[in-house]
Amino acid sequence: MTMKTALLGAIATLAAAPMAFADGHIGERGRDGQLSIIYWQAPSILNPYLSGGTKDIEAASMIIEPLGRYDQDGNLVPYLASEIPTVENGGVAADLTSITWHLQPGLVWSDGTPVTSADVVFTANYCMAPDGGCAQLSKFDGVASVEALDDLTVKVTFDAPKPNPYGPFMGGQSPIIQAAQFAECMGAKAPECTDANFGPIGTGPFRVTEFRTNDVIQMEANPNYRDPNKPAFATVTFKGGGDATAAGRAVMETGEFDYAWNMQLAPDVIASMAAAGLGTPVSAFGTLVERIEVNLTDPSPNLPEGERSTIAHPHPALSELAVRTALSMAIDRSLLVEVGYGQAGRPTCNLVPGPAIYASDNTGCLQQDLEGAKALLEGAGWVDSNGDGVREKNGVELRLLYQTSTNAVRQDFQALIKDWWEQIGVGVELRNIDASVFFGGDPGSPDTFQKFYADVEMYANNFDGTDPQAYLAAYRCGGEPKPDSQWQGENINRFCDPAYDALIDELGQTADLNERGRIARLMNDMLTKDSMTIIPLVDRGRVSAHANSLGGVVLNTWDSELWNVADWYRIGE
Amino acid sequence: MTEDLLQVRVRNQWWDVWDQFKTHRGAVWGGGFLLFITLFVLLGPYIWQLDATKLDIRNKDLRPFYTALSGTANWTWAHPLGTDNLGRDTLAKLIEGGQVSLSVGWVAMALALVLGTLIGVLAGYFRRLDNLLMRFTDLVLSLPLLPLLLVMMLLFRDQLRAAFGPETGIFILIVVVIGITSWMQTARIVRGDVLALKEREFVLAARSIGTPAYRMIIRHLLPNVMSPIMVSATLGLANAIITESALSFLGLGFPSDYPTWGKLLFDSVDRMADYPERVIWPGLAISLTVLSVNYIGDGLRDALDPRIRGL
Repeated sequence: MTMKTALLGAIATLAAAPMAFADGHIGERGRDGQLSIIYWQAPSILNPYLSGGTKDIEAASMIIEPLGRYDQDGNLVPYLASEIPTVENGGVAADLTSITWHLQPGLVWSDGTPVTSADVVFTANYCMAPDGGCAQLSKFDGVASVEALDDLTVKVTFDAPKPNPYGPFMGGQSPIIQAAQFAECMGAKAPECTDANFGPIGTGPFRVTEFRTNDVIQMEANPNYRDPNKPAFATVTFKGGGDATAAGRAVMETGEFDYAWNMQLAPDVIASMAAAGLGTPVSAFGTLVERIEVNLTDPSPNLPEGERSTIAHPHPALSELAVRTALSMAIDRSLLVEVGYGQAGRPTCNLVPGPAIYASDNTGCLQQDLEGAKALLEGAGWVDSNGDGVREKNGVELRLLYQTSTNAVRQDFQALIKDWWEQIGVGVELRNIDASVFFGGDPGSPDTFQKFYADVEMYANNFDGTDPQAYLAAYRCGGEPKPDSQWQGENINRFCDPAYDALIDELGQTADLNERGRIARLMNDMLTKDSMTIIPLVDRGRVSAHANSLGGVVLNTWDSELWNVADWYRIGE
Repeated sequence: MTEDLLQVRVRNQWWDVWDQFKTHRGAVWGGGFLLFITLFVLLGPYIWQLDATKLDIRNKDLRPFYTALSGTANWTWAHPLGTDNLGRDTLAKLIEGGQVSLSVGWVAMALALVLGTLIGVLAGYFRRLDNLLMRFTDLVLSLPLLPLLLVMMLLFRDQLRAAFGPETGIFILIVVVIGITSWMQTARIVRGDVLALKEREFVLAARSIGTPAYRMIIRHLLPNVMSPIMVSATLGLANAIITESALSFLGLGFPSDYPTWGKLLFDSVDRMADYPERVIWPGLAISLTVLSVNYIGDGLRDALDPRIRGL
């Protein structure tokens, strides 16, 4: 055999190999052994109704499933439902006041008991229970009743026409939980049901075998999963904690893990990791916006506990529009993108950057204007009369505590923004908090983003699916985190504007897509350019990384990243 | 001849200590380095006047001067040790970070020393206090340090911040926390020595002429336990610097724009492969300081021991 034939043979083997890989992902359940996932924010609970944190919602999405999910293009896909109800197929009433879901027949929970419409009804009651502090309550906005018509049929009735009736039970934030398991956990008792919250019985491809809070989740394939050939993996180790760098390294450089979520790292860092050749970064643009949230209430530690950051005390400086506007004007968003995200980000002035129909043409903030910001503060009476470099007015010093989670990019952003704000005469103190604590939602910790014991805070948030209604509805008066609600709630800024609430209601009654777009853009503008309650910075594409040997990953920005984990497989040797 | 004798007699015992200390080469080198690094961080800001927190985004990612040897590097004499990804000068950050790290080290060490000596002497000298104090020491010794630090951060951060401002408040908190969690070894060592000393003839003699307890401790016991105290002081300094670095490395402790050696390390880990100098310099500063302090401790132990001095 000559060298030439040997080489040709080798090439032929290589060429044939990918086809073999493609076929390798069909077979019996559990054939591919172990899957290792790393999330650098550790899940602290597996019940999305008690946590607003993406890490918790996504971890839970492997175990408990909603009736339908959004795919990578934002289309609706039935999961537990047999089909997505629409007006055309009669599932949605012509007057838009109700939606009727049909469960797939023969579904069972991982403990072998049948899934019935009673579970779906229970899920709704669980979240809507008074004083439960449900983190996903906005998904159930406007729901009048949820009733079981028969064992497999559920009818959700809204108190008004609901043009987007896919709030409840759609997407990773609103999965179905088992009535039998959570029966004793209604209302204020919800956080006490540790076993259920840490190991929900679900219908998803995996079930929990061990849950260690803020550390690691061990899972195994759900023996009762509806597709007998899925999932391909027999066991899953879901490791949480660490930081984005370590997670990226573990997947792309050392190959210890198969999937790492949310590589929020500088672009050059990701590129150098990918160069090691064991893994691939994948990215997609969604609705994730890195923003600065302005606290409209006073977080001063001099206030008694229980009154800090509540609407009882307006913020001495930030409740003034001129101050908020000046803060936004001082920021050079293009530079932030260049420093932090490169190709994975773009400057934005919008809270809702997409889909196109909902994105406002608001671009006024993109140009940095330090002089304009100074003039604005001067004009509003904020002057530096004592020469310490910080402006004051009526005895109030314009000093801000600026907090965010511990993350290299965020600390770079903090340093840059602090520099700009100090140039316009605003004193800034930086604080960074471990991400598991910051997003952990523990009502006992003073450092959660919900408690907001700071003047401004920075993080990113997005909405599931393609409709921003629930997302925008979060800023309703009274929806703020407060002691009465165990510090749960999504109105982080403590924003309250009756005109805005009226628009929430109007959006909830409008079916025409263009009209919905107009209202949503209006609401977006009210929160951003008109009131600067939210200072958007960067529209972030999501970058995650998977090992080259892991197949079937479809990065989805419209739902949980792990939405199709049942279809993941190991690419053969 | 008489003159010589007299000179020998008035010769201070510390000269003997110094003579013995000089024979320990590691200790001399360590002392030299510690002096150098202390002068570096104290006088550095007057010589190198760049602000460590000043952003200069046009000059980001500069390399240190020695990379010029490779020919391709992007460097300038304006920033001899390069800049970070936001254009902050590495040399200025090292100087400013060193001030914080070293002052945390010294103050925390002093605090731990005072506490440890006090508790050790009291426990060793007064039989009735012994059991109580030593069980208390055991208790503190068994507390896990990092979780305790986290809890204390959480509990006292806001009050201290309000009272002293963010940087001083955190400084006090960190120093106190490190101080009150690292006195236990000193206390145990001192107690052991005091227990032994108490039975020595000169102490019995002093007691027999009615020396009161406080004078006994100050005049007879403390000078004789100086050697272990000095040694544990040097170890305590190293320990405090390392603990502060660990806290900063975990992203706790000082605000993120406040450079300390540990924080410089933490910020640079992401780009360690591309810009090794950003970890090497602060890492070297921490390691060499700790190492030199350990050598000094070793040398002091030898020098302070009369048996080794050969008297």
